[in-house]
Amino acid sequence: MNEPRSAKKESLWREEVSIFAAEERYVNRRQFAKFLVLTSAGMFIGNLWILLRSWLGGRVSCPALAVARVGEIPVGGSRLFTYPGPNDPCILIRTSEDEFAAYSQKCTHLSCAVTYAPREARFECPCHQGYFSAADGRVLQGPPQRPLPRILLRRQGERLIAVGVDLQAARG
Amino acid sequence: MQRPPETSAPQRRGLTAIDGALAMIAILLMVQMWLLTATLEGFLAGHRDGVLPAAMISGVLLLATFGLYRFVRRVDRETRGR
Repeated sequence: MNEPRSAKKESLWREEVSIFAAEERYVNRRQFAKFLVLTSAGMFIGNLWILLRSWLGGRVSCPALAVARVGEIPVGGSRLFTYPGPNDPCILIRTSEDEFAAYSQKCTHLSCAVTYAPREARFECPCHQGYFSAADGRVLQGPPQRPLPRILLRRQGERLIAVGVDLQAARG
Repeated sequence: MQRPPETSAPQRRGLTAIDGALAMIAILLMVQMWLLTATLEGFLAGHRDGVLPAAMISGVLLLATFGLYRFVRRVDRETRGR
């Protein structure tokens, strides 16, 4: 059986949903604190994920790998390949009749793929307008702080062979 | 219109303590966000030296925020229990 309504005139919703502001504030603060702690846990998991990626991808071997034939690339042209691993995109360019160069295609700012602009003799990152010299991979402009890692090439007859990655250049 | 019940002095003190703890948690969280952003940017740029210390500091910050959260719960419980 229902309780009789109080003699004091109250709106129906206040009787049925009785809220005490002070208690509600306590609950809200506690829930907010819990949310913040969960967010903090998410940040920590993000850092752990980076740590795991760093450990798992830390050891890189650089085997000799044929990446192109000389005749396949015209002067001013480029060709994409992966080296040393399948997830390491690189770009091979031909700057003159007898000169080739190869660099990692990942921008040293935030790993966007750079593209070759032969007219300006530079690599361009479309994400944040970072520019690298095609001659040696150094930063010309933009947010990147380090040059593009250079892929060491060896020419065997008509074949171009990648033999290593110049990490010193990447460290600047 | 019904006014909410007045909070007592211990309740006000409890609220102040909880607000302070929440502010501390928010500050620690901002530091942790900055740390994660800086670590990710460094990692993507090939810098792996700071990844382990950053993860350790992030873990310490998580423990600190969890400790503050427990403090909030304890103060809340004590204040309600009065």
